[in-house]
Amino acid sequence: MSKLQKAAIKRRDIREAVEQSLRARKRRSWRFRLVGLVAVLTGLLLLAIMFTSIASKGYSAFERTEVLLDIDLEEAVIDPEKTRSEEVLMRADYTGLIKTSLRKLFPQVKKRKQKRALYRLVSTGAGDQLRDRVLQDPSIIGSRVSVWLIADDDLDQYYKHGDSQSRLKDYQLQWVAQLNADQRLRTAFNSTFFTAGDSREPELAGIRGALTGSFFVILITLGLSLPLGVSAAIYLEEFAPRNRWTDLIEVNINNLAAVPSIVFGLLGLAVFINFMGLPRSAPLVGGLVLTLMTLPTIIIASRAALKSVPPSIREAALGMGASKTQMVFQHVLPLAMPGMLTGTIIGMAQALGETAPLLMIGMVAFIADVPTGPLDSATVLPVQIYLWADSPERAFMERTSAAILVLLAFLVLMNLLAIWLRRKFERRW
Amino acid sequence: MTEATIPDASERDEQTVGKPQLEKKVSMSCRNVDVFYGEKQAIFDVSLDIGKHEVLAMIGPSGCGKSTFLRCLNRMNDTIDICRVLGSLRLDDEDIYDPKMDVELLRARVGMVFQKPNPFPKSIYENVAYGARIHGLTRDKTELDEIVENSLARAGLWEEVKDRLDDVGTGLSGGQQQRLCIARAIAINPEVILMDEPCSALDPIATATVEELIDELRQRYTIVIVTHSMQQAARVSQRTAYFHMGKLIEVDKTDRIFTNPGHELTEAYITGRFG
Repeated sequence: MSKLQKAAIKRRDIREAVEQSLRARKRRSWRFRLVGLVAVLTGLLLLAIMFTSIASKGYSAFERTEVLLDIDLEEAVIDPEKTRSEEVLMRADYTGLIKTSLRKLFPQVKKRKQKRALYRLVSTGAGDQLRDRVLQDPSIIGSRVSVWLIADDDLDQYYKHGDSQSRLKDYQLQWVAQLNADQRLRTAFNSTFFTAGDSREPELAGIRGALTGSFFVILITLGLSLPLGVSAAIYLEEFAPRNRWTDLIEVNINNLAAVPSIVFGLLGLAVFINFMGLPRSAPLVGGLVLTLMTLPTIIIASRAALKSVPPSIREAALGMGASKTQMVFQHVLPLAMPGMLTGTIIGMAQALGETAPLLMIGMVAFIADVPTGPLDSATVLPVQIYLWADSPERAFMERTSAAILVLLAFLVLMNLLAIWLRRKFERRW
Repeated sequence: MTEATIPDASERDEQTVGKPQLEKKVSMSCRNVDVFYGEKQAIFDVSLDIGKHEVLAMIGPSGCGKSTFLRCLNRMNDTIDICRVLGSLRLDDEDIYDPKMDVELLRARVGMVFQKPNPFPKSIYENVAYGARIHGLTRDKTELDEIVENSLARAGLWEEVKDRLDDVGTGLSGGQQQRLCIARAIAINPEVILMDEPCSALDPIATATVEELIDELRQRYTIVIVTHSMQQAARVSQRTAYFHMGKLIEVDKTDRIFTNPGHELTEAYITGRFG
């Protein structure tokens, strides 16, 4: 066998060996890709299940049942002295008028207990609804008007979801059937859910108070944690000397990021409320507590963003005779901005969804009024969800899911904002 | 070929061969410079003069300390915490490492061009105007325009970019970026320009352009260039310094170094026996 032949055989052997190992390598990479795909699909599936479950339970809260009643706006009841002053119109007994109307509609109901059951078909808030109508246009006093009034939550649930688990009695169901036959029931957009604060009556409860509270809390958190976090990150990353103290600070910041959030709540309770005497349940204190909580997140993200700015840019600026401050603010900061903003918005999203520390500082109280400032008592969206999830009424269940939908919508919006900002400020180098 | 081993010179305690010191027209003079990174000594007792309007090339194998020495000349080593510089370095008879010396002023007088082109991610105009802006050379817009145009013209870039001064500097080709960096450096009229392997990331054509440019710039500036290419050193420089393991082995006129080196290590390096 010549040398050339031997070499040819050797080459063929190598080729076979490589082909064999290549097959194995390809199989391995294919398997790995499959595992990755399965993982992603599982995640998407779980997310889809969660979303459909919440959405299917929650969408019905955006609609409410209304009852059509013909009401005699008797002048003798509303404004016997014909003053038409706002004060008199405010105080008039509109609930009585509604009850009279209901009695006329169902003359067969005689017993007191049954009458009360009849009145309960209409929400206790219907009187206010009627009053607003009259205040808007006092000239309708004395006439007979047809008004769609908010139904009670039991009727609402029965009308929307059928009779399973309904709390309505049999005789109430007969009246409902009669109302339905007369086409006196309809579903309409539930504006109360977005315009009202919390209430004991599910049909009158809304998320406006919680949304406003969340807005104030986030505003304070952002206003404090962004400048503090970014300045701390810049100082630690660019200016601080590397010694035992800065190492200690760094370790502590990293540890703080992992501290359970409720601990920050306890700290807030001890320092801001007990020691400094700030009001309880106030968005101001909530914002301060959440600032403490989000600071480590923002500092860590901002430092990572600063670190990722290439050293060549720093050298270029320094080589031109820029001072360190000029280098940081004119070159490093603009390039680190997208990363910092992303970190901040992620921190804000975390703060928006936070419940535990706010429980500790009393933001878990039942507050019906919409807060007008950061010192008013308030609650926030996730705490509102927690409160409603605890309520026994079935109607609160769908409101819980609806509030979760609103919270998720805001979180998605914030993340989109983060992506948009990053795209906008991202520069190539 | 067997792997080249770098001869050990650290034990020898001998004087630099050639003419490290000049009698007249001295721009920078360095005496007995030692540089330490922590405990490790990187530069051993280097004494060297840099003449006005000359191009001084620094050559030597990787890790010989030539870049470290270059970065001492405008105190860029200050950014490294553990770096210590001993000895005397003077620019026009002012001590560079005097605590009263402003680093910002020093770096305005001793500009630098880096190995990898590093324009700011800003417009071409802003890149060149940057130095004038931060040093407050002018507040007048037309004057600034003039500075930008002149600097770009002297860097041989004006014709190529005059219609797109607002484009991002990082969008230019590698060679154009490096010339932009040179334009940025000369916009504040430094006395000395330090170049740290300015052509190592460029293709041969761009390299030739930059080399021509360096030759023209010699009329106005003193240039110290670190290079790995001996051909480049031969083409652009008047004097060449050979560094070896932190020591300055030989300095002399470039043609002398390349035709008749005075030290065996220099000869071994330029004939390609190691490095």
